[in-house]
Amino acid sequence: MTKTNRSLRTAALLAALMGGVALPAMAETPPNMLVIANRIDDIKTFDPAESFEFAGADVSRNVYEKLVNFDPLDLDAGFQPELAESWEVSEDGTVITFTMAEGHVFASGNPVTAKDAAFSLQRAVKLDKTPSFILTQFGFTPDNVDEMIKATDDKTLVVTLDQKYAVSFVLNCLTATIGGIVDMETVMANETDGDMGSAWLRTNTAGSGPYKVVDWKPNESVLMDLNPSYGGETPAMQRVIVQHIQESATQRLQLERGDIDIARNLSPEDVASIKEQDGLKVVDELKGRLMYWSANQKKEMLTDPKLLEALKWAVDYQGMADSFLNGQYTVHQAFLPLTFLGALTEKPFTYDMDKAKAALAESGYPDCGPIEISVREAQERMDIAQSLQNTWNQLGCDVSLIVGTGAQTLDRYRAREHDIYLGAWGPDYPDPNTNAGTFAVNPDNSDESGNTGYLAWRNAWDIPEMTQDTLAAVVENDTETRAEMYIELQKQHQQVSPFGIMFQQIEQHGMRENVQNFVSGGATTAASYWVVTK
Amino acid sequence: MPRWLRKLLGTVLTIAITLLGLLFVTFMIGRVMPIDPVLAVIGERATQAQYDKVFIELGLDKPLISQFLIYVGDVLQGDFGRSIRTGQLVSDDIKRVFPATLELATLGTLFGVFIGVPLGVLAAVYRGTWIDQLARLVGLVGYSMPIFWLGLVGLLLFYGILGWVAGPGRLGVFYQGIVPERSGLLLLDAAIARDWTVFKDAFSHIILPAGLLGYFSLAYISRMTRSFMLEQLSAEYITTARVKGLSEWNVVWRHAFRNIRIQLVTVIALAYANLLEGSVLTEIIFAWPGIGQYITTSLLANDMNSVLGGTVVIGTIFVGLNIFSDLLYRFFDPRAK
Repeated sequence: MTKTNRSLRTAALLAALMGGVALPAMAETPPNMLVIANRIDDIKTFDPAESFEFAGADVSRNVYEKLVNFDPLDLDAGFQPELAESWEVSEDGTVITFTMAEGHVFASGNPVTAKDAAFSLQRAVKLDKTPSFILTQFGFTPDNVDEMIKATDDKTLVVTLDQKYAVSFVLNCLTATIGGIVDMETVMANETDGDMGSAWLRTNTAGSGPYKVVDWKPNESVLMDLNPSYGGETPAMQRVIVQHIQESATQRLQLERGDIDIARNLSPEDVASIKEQDGLKVVDELKGRLMYWSANQKKEMLTDPKLLEALKWAVDYQGMADSFLNGQYTVHQAFLPLTFLGALTEKPFTYDMDKAKAALAESGYPDCGPIEISVREAQERMDIAQSLQNTWNQLGCDVSLIVGTGAQTLDRYRAREHDIYLGAWGPDYPDPNTNAGTFAVNPDNSDESGNTGYLAWRNAWDIPEMTQDTLAAVVENDTETRAEMYIELQKQHQQVSPFGIMFQQIEQHGMRENVQNFVSGGATTAASYWVVTK
Repeated sequence: MPRWLRKLLGTVLTIAITLLGLLFVTFMIGRVMPIDPVLAVIGERATQAQYDKVFIELGLDKPLISQFLIYVGDVLQGDFGRSIRTGQLVSDDIKRVFPATLELATLGTLFGVFIGVPLGVLAAVYRGTWIDQLARLVGLVGYSMPIFWLGLVGLLLFYGILGWVAGPGRLGVFYQGIVPERSGLLLLDAAIARDWTVFKDAFSHIILPAGLLGYFSLAYISRMTRSFMLEQLSAEYITTARVKGLSEWNVVWRHAFRNIRIQLVTVIALAYANLLEGSVLTEIIFAWPGIGQYITTSLLANDMNSVLGGTVVIGTIFVGLNIFSDLLYRFFDPRAK
């Protein structure tokens, strides 16, 4: 036998042996460990001053404490004291003085002081990363922030605002990821080239929350262990592992095999299958993401109020929610997501082709005209766009779709070059102003202003009066009155705006039957692992 | 100048020009695409001032050719920039994702070679018999089945129902971080550390995706082997060998097979290079953090630093494997020496 032949035979035997290997899989995860399958490829950094993605917010919420925060088991109660045990507001409403609570300690062992809080907020303003607008909207700038946010001693933090705001507005903003308080000493010990520890915090954490990140492999997994210094009640889950699993079918298989406890990105088909199985359950949670279409007011035809009304009547809201969006979205027609302060529950529009045709007949464009819907190439958006195309065609309009990548579609939207844009919007912080301030505010409609952050501007919708009304709501300190103001704004917005808000997202989590208290944060915040038990 | 040195310099120059060309084309495609790289960095909520700041930071205010020259200069110093999507240095990302693909592709190619080559030889020797039909069926299925579907079915059967193999990912969550990372190849690292529990777990994770990829390269390799062998077996020197009374074994393996080794090397090198490029769908289904998935998701996110870095690596692999197969060519074929 030749040498080549011998090698081939040996290899063939080895290959045959490898094919027959049978290794048992784990039946279930350990009782003190939480294993989650989720899409986490959006994590770019753990730095609370920069992190602005969903998966990053989940990590941040479990790693960093804030001055005020949401109780995961009672999200409706709104913000609660956390690192600040109390606060006082000056008579003119421009100064908030926080008193720090005792017993909070960073993972490094350093106690949390007002100086850490001041440093963290100052740092977020000075670094000027994307989410910094959540803080700078109160008048903080890199130049004045050292004066505006000050620790007068270890227990007292004084925050001076540029004008009076509703206290609930300010405190709600401080519950956002950017309000996470970092360990000043640890962070500054890792500063390079004056970056205030930004590069180091990209992959490391320095918080006082229940967990600390011990390993992160981008697009692969995040591993969190208990923060040994955590001042609160010791969580039942000593280790949390979040695995990046892109495919719904794969997540479902892992859940069925007991290799994970929670699957967070399941398709309606996989959800239906999991609901049928013993030992597994599906928990629904209303999220803050809205699905909407909007009409560019630079296009003459789309400024006609009756034509816009016709388009709103000619949308098969319930049909979509009951078919391809089954369980993943609920019909919602106001710019504030349900569970937000002042959210409007009324849904004035149903699919009514008669009303739609009557409105179109009254418009200046009874023959409608060519309309292009700009949509990104994503399954659920394409499905919605096709449904709109179908029903608007029935109305008599000549509708076509312009499909592009997310970036292409967004570019066109920001450049105000679309006819109709079909997209999604999620709140940036848990205060009504987060959406009101973009759907119903447009301070300067000129092209030169480049106010791309405002959805009203992107649709060239010039609304000086509504802008004033919306801005008035952010300074109203009586919560009930403030809620009423938003309700009125939304009612008006539903009727006159070029926005057709259609759906609010529901997140469906598949989990093992023994998993209790998993809260992904609802519409207002992110996931909380420290209350989970098994 | 000695001949060998001239040849060496020629090869080096060819590699440099090829890679530079590859870099140029990829860079220009990235820059002329109608999408905004700044938005990929800052997201849609950023203010105009933040936009302008990042626009300048990315060097987009400079002429295109200057941007390219700066980029080439950085690459020559080993700096591929920072990934927008992961926030990490692209070189670090590639160091992490490439071993995952290398491990998977190597095992897949071994499957393909050690089963595909004998199968192709047998199919040629027993042409027209059931063995030949079986080999052709294997090849046909391997060519026509969508890998996405086959992967999901494989996962459902061997992981979901039978529980013979471990699920997605490279390693079970309980075994992560146990073995010190030396090469990034988990099987090798576990073997070096003599941690056979981790080795077993890593093997249990890789066996199914590698088997799947191996099947696809097997289909290609067996088909090509059959074709090469048929050509050799109909040659006159084979008839002569048989007339001389040589055993069939010697005729097939010592004469016919020997002469197809050169062609096979090229086929195997190409199959290996294709797998090293990364099988995106396999990597997605099996949550395998390899370079194929890395480049694809980066491209969709307009993360051009990552795309360019990955492209250079893939390009280098192709060039390297071509040179390697050239060298083997010389080794197997005395005339080429």
